[in-house]
Amino acid sequence: MKFKSTTIFLVISSFFLTSILSIWKIMSTLQGLNFTNLNITGNFFNGIILSLLFVLIGKRINHLIKIFSLSFLFSFLYFYFNETSPFWYIFGVFLIILFFTNKLKKYDTKSLTEDFISEKIIFDFITLFGIVFFAFVILFPFYIMLVTSFKTQIALLVNPLDFSLDYSKSLPELFKSYFVIFETYNFGRYILISSAVSIGTVIVTLLFAIPAAYAVARLNFFGKNFLSTSILIIYMFPAIVLVIPLYTVFSQLGLRNSIFGLLIVYTATTLPVAIYMLQGYFKSIPKEIEDAGIMDGQNWFGIILKIIIPLSLPAIASVALYVFMIAWNEFLFSLMFLDSPKSFTLSRAIQYLSGDAETPRQYLMAGSVIVTLPVLFIFIYFEKYLVSGLTSGSVKG
Amino acid sequence: MSNTLLKLEKRTAYTLVLPAVLLVFAIVLFPIFANIWISFKDIELKDIRIPEPRAKKIVKSFSDDGSELKIVYKLRNSSLIQEIRNVKFQDKFPKNISILNLDSRCNFKSKKIICDFGNWEAKYKENFEIILKNIDGEKIKKEIIKSQKPILSGKSDNPLLTTNFTLENFKKVFYENNFIDLLSTTFYFTFFGTVGAIIFGILAAQLVNQNIQGRSYMRGILLFPYVGPVVALAYTWTLLLDPNSGTLNALLVNFNIIESPINLLGQKYITISIFGFDFKLRLALTTVIFFEIWRYFPLAFLFILARLQAIPQSLYEAAEVDGASPVQKFIHITLPQITAIISILFMIRFIWNFNKFEDIFLLTGGASGTRTLPINVYQQGFAVSDIGMGSAVSIVIVMLLLSFMIIYFRLIGKKANEI
Repeated sequence: MKFKSTTIFLVISSFFLTSILSIWKIMSTLQGLNFTNLNITGNFFNGIILSLLFVLIGKRINHLIKIFSLSFLFSFLYFYFNETSPFWYIFGVFLIILFFTNKLKKYDTKSLTEDFISEKIIFDFITLFGIVFFAFVILFPFYIMLVTSFKTQIALLVNPLDFSLDYSKSLPELFKSYFVIFETYNFGRYILISSAVSIGTVIVTLLFAIPAAYAVARLNFFGKNFLSTSILIIYMFPAIVLVIPLYTVFSQLGLRNSIFGLLIVYTATTLPVAIYMLQGYFKSIPKEIEDAGIMDGQNWFGIILKIIIPLSLPAIASVALYVFMIAWNEFLFSLMFLDSPKSFTLSRAIQYLSGDAETPRQYLMAGSVIVTLPVLFIFIYFEKYLVSGLTSGSVKG
Repeated sequence: MSNTLLKLEKRTAYTLVLPAVLLVFAIVLFPIFANIWISFKDIELKDIRIPEPRAKKIVKSFSDDGSELKIVYKLRNSSLIQEIRNVKFQDKFPKNISILNLDSRCNFKSKKIICDFGNWEAKYKENFEIILKNIDGEKIKKEIIKSQKPILSGKSDNPLLTTNFTLENFKKVFYENNFIDLLSTTFYFTFFGTVGAIIFGILAAQLVNQNIQGRSYMRGILLFPYVGPVVALAYTWTLLLDPNSGTLNALLVNFNIIESPINLLGQKYITISIFGFDFKLRLALTTVIFFEIWRYFPLAFLFILARLQAIPQSLYEAAEVDGASPVQKFIHITLPQITAIISILFMIRFIWNFNKFEDIFLLTGGASGTRTLPINVYQQGFAVSDIGMGSAVSIVIVMLLLSFMIIYFRLIGKKANEI
């Protein structure tokens, strides 16, 4: 056991323990517990003693018995020294300490003398800390979005920290915001419009993109190189510089406030990505299969329909999902082109709701949950397809 | 391949490519050029409606037996600024109807009244009355008369298509628009947003690349902010950061970390003193940058992770044998392997952050020192209603973008193809 590595071990492990305990305390505060002190020094001190004890005990007793008894001891100490708190909170503390001591498993008096052990310790705990940190930072806003939709404006103004659900309420009472936005704010209609625009965009984009991508991938024609580079360049151009001319032209043609107009714009802006992704995949299909098709007397359309499409279904699915998500999330064009609530998409409708300062925030959040959930479900369910699609070049946003 | 087959291939290729190309040209390329045209014109939002003659038809009873009716046409020019030339008017009536007071400008022939109203100046208004009489003396059905709508036509200039140009818009962009401030805000936002996203991306990728449990879940969760709809996420953040009853401020006050709530999105500057030096930090802009990093580091993460997973494990094993420390491994093996992808990401993210509109618009609306070039396009074009000016700002954006792209292709274009 070296002094330097031991100190680093103690400090960094306690830092880790303190930060998870603090996150747990913050989350519990949001459940209505009345804490006013994060007690960082206390927890840090506890962490140092805990880690030290752990290393000193070493392998003298069975690992399981060791971590359970240490966790019991320290949750009890925690309970004794800190403010009174309900059982579930202490149980959470117990689980955290159990997890923490289990992570300490590979350290004992002997391992602390290895080469580069200080760096390894730092890397280990920073990894753990980083994962907790990233998960917390990413998920926290989503959590707030969800729980706010179940609260009322008044309850939140009285105590902005109490997000606990009131289980004594009946279900319709609990989901009141959702009922309200469907009944008074017409969200059913907006969901339909958003779905129609997004699905329409997917269909039209694929209809245009599959033939074009095939031509770029397989056929020789004048201007092919120019086309494939200009796809990339066009793809870099932002929507904001298109907005004014499109707005003026669409106004004069009467295409504003129409779903058709939106569909054209979405299709045109997603086409370059779709073509780029698809042609990459088409190139990976062995050419011999197509040659066999030509021998059988198929023309180009037959080849696309009967060979290329069936063989590249995964790529087409990933492009379709990706285009769907772009169209569903799109905001700028729907802001510019839609002024009449009759033709709002979900995103535009939520923005419109927020424009009225009187709108209670739980309605806004209920709307946000509704617009977010489909995208997250699609993403979680088809993650593999989408991630491969994302890395194959579709990085706009 | 024979010559005819080559020709057939070419023709097929053009048929396959053409629809997509035409659509993209119409919606993406045409507006970029149209911007140039509009930016040299003195044109406002209200000018873009083409003026048209309008008539509202009101039918009233005139005689007691109903055989006579009075029709009032409320005629007007829809435009407040432009005249309409050569206005023609036409309306139809049922059989056996005569008109008692035929205006000198009009003609009544075979159930049709046709009038020639000449030129209407801007804001022109007139109540044009005619009295109908049924020749048989029977009652005229009002519904039939009402259901027939008058047809109007006229010629007017489309202000978009006239050829009077001006340099006024560009003068205003550079001299009356706080251009330097606008540009520096945009670059501040773009640069720190990009660098932050890449740093967090590297950190996250490095974490997920370790052998930890639940690694694929972690990868999924990390991408949430990127795939979520911007509207929902921006409003959630606004709510979270709200100074009055936002969760973050309430938490910080509750745990005595700050004394009073900070208006993170509404305060332009905050003074921070470090070692006795006072720094003025652009608070709202920094908050918006953090949102930007939060939303887009997942993308950097994904690309860097893909690269990290492609690094052969044998390199690390060899380093292990040579007794390299974790830090040395990171500096000498990992970093050189990811520099190429980082430079590409930097450029791509830089360009897209430079164009970012929605995020800033939804969080602050461009207030409290967060006015960037894209926000300015919107403000000029739609809040101030000066379309020409908005277009001029767009042109500035396009020019800057083109220069970035040229630098990009010069510097790392070749590298990008290798990967």
